[in-house]
Amino acid sequence: MSSPNAAYPDTPDQAMKPKRHEWPLWEVFIRGQHGMSHRHVGSLHAPDQEMAIKNARDVYTRRNEGVSIWVVEARHIAASSPSDKGPLYEPSESKVYRHPTFFDIPEEVGAM
Amino acid sequence: MYAQMIKSEATQEDPEKLAAFQARIDAGEKIEPKDWMPQGYRKTLIRQIGQHAHSEIVGQLPEGNWITRAPTLERKAILLAKVQDEAGHGLYLYCAAETLGVTRDELTEMLLDGRMKYSSIFNYPTLTWADMGAVGWLVDGAAIMNQVPLQRTSFGPYSRAMIRICKEESFHQRQGYDVMMKMAQGTSAQKKMAQDALNRFWYPSLMMFGPSDKESVHSEQSMAWKIKMNTNDELRQKFVDQTVPQAEYLGLTVPDENLKWNEDTGHYDFSQPDWSEFFDVLKGNGPCNQERLAARNSAWDDGKWVRDGLLAHAEKKAARKVAAE
Repeated sequence: MSSPNAAYPDTPDQAMKPKRHEWPLWEVFIRGQHGMSHRHVGSLHAPDQEMAIKNARDVYTRRNEGVSIWVVEARHIAASSPSDKGPLYEPSESKVYRHPTFFDIPEEVGAM
Repeated sequence: MYAQMIKSEATQEDPEKLAAFQARIDAGEKIEPKDWMPQGYRKTLIRQIGQHAHSEIVGQLPEGNWITRAPTLERKAILLAKVQDEAGHGLYLYCAAETLGVTRDELTEMLLDGRMKYSSIFNYPTLTWADMGAVGWLVDGAAIMNQVPLQRTSFGPYSRAMIRICKEESFHQRQGYDVMMKMAQGTSAQKKMAQDALNRFWYPSLMMFGPSDKESVHSEQSMAWKIKMNTNDELRQKFVDQTVPQAEYLGLTVPDENLKWNEDTGHYDFSQPDWSEFFDVLKGNGPCNQERLAARNSAWDDGKWVRDGLLAHAEKKAARKVAAE
């Protein structure tokens, strides 16, 4: 996707009003009740981090879904690209010995 | 099916890439925003998710209409919570649409100037308190019929939004049915009001599924891409089969003389809604089209100073922080 409008070519450029400076996008991470790690739940727009946390409270924890909220501006997140899938993960595919099931332990040894 | 009449886009791309893409979908894999996808898939989804999001947002208006006039404090608190949920559902969906490369403001502008649609159902007025019952029971009930299978849709962000929404949606339907039960068991005037609400919302609810799409090419493409999971007729039938016994329990009559159980098919036979009315409402001629769009436009315009002010404040604070460092 080269520009937002390329994704929506039905939208003629000249019809667009001058761009408002949009509130930045924040990614929201919530820790659930049960000693879990923070988990990505979605995103939202907010002018700053304080408002992002307040909005996250309203949008993502209306039913007690969490005890802690992290927000981070989406532009600060670095992500691997889908085309890297091969080079990134292939090395681990050949290392089956990293899994405990690789080793046969005699039954008489007991639980291990 | 807050999304109706979504035209799916023809796609002209490398047949090999297309085949590989289709194979991923057929294998039940989720497509994520950074993955390659056909332009048609992207455009159709922006249209569909956007329309769905707009429906959640505009859908707040007919119910918001009754918040100040709810009969008890408890009902008022419940209705407030439900309307707040609708705002949340709209936000989940806008976020999903944004991952496809359209901005929030573009989506909003397209709603406000009529380039994008929202569900026809929200162009009907809510005239009495019983309508709050009918909307929750029928309108949210019809929405659930569509949203439950969409949890398995092929586009990851859409699927995850649907899962969240479905978790919250059954509260909406139950609270509506609860309102209907209270009214149906009340005085004869209350029962009459409940019947009147059912009479007015029955056919518009059936229209929510959109016209029959058995022969539609668009529909076929969307189903292959798993962004549409069932035909409109399948979902409509399922809705009728589920809802008729619920109406019977309430002691209310579904306003359809042709409605009857069909032993052979194992389904109810029922009358189709007036599709010319549906197309007329889509064109903008429903009872509340102008009012709804005007309300959204004035909310956007009147809120401008708040959006700008908060942004200016955030920028000032950020600049101060930089200066202090």
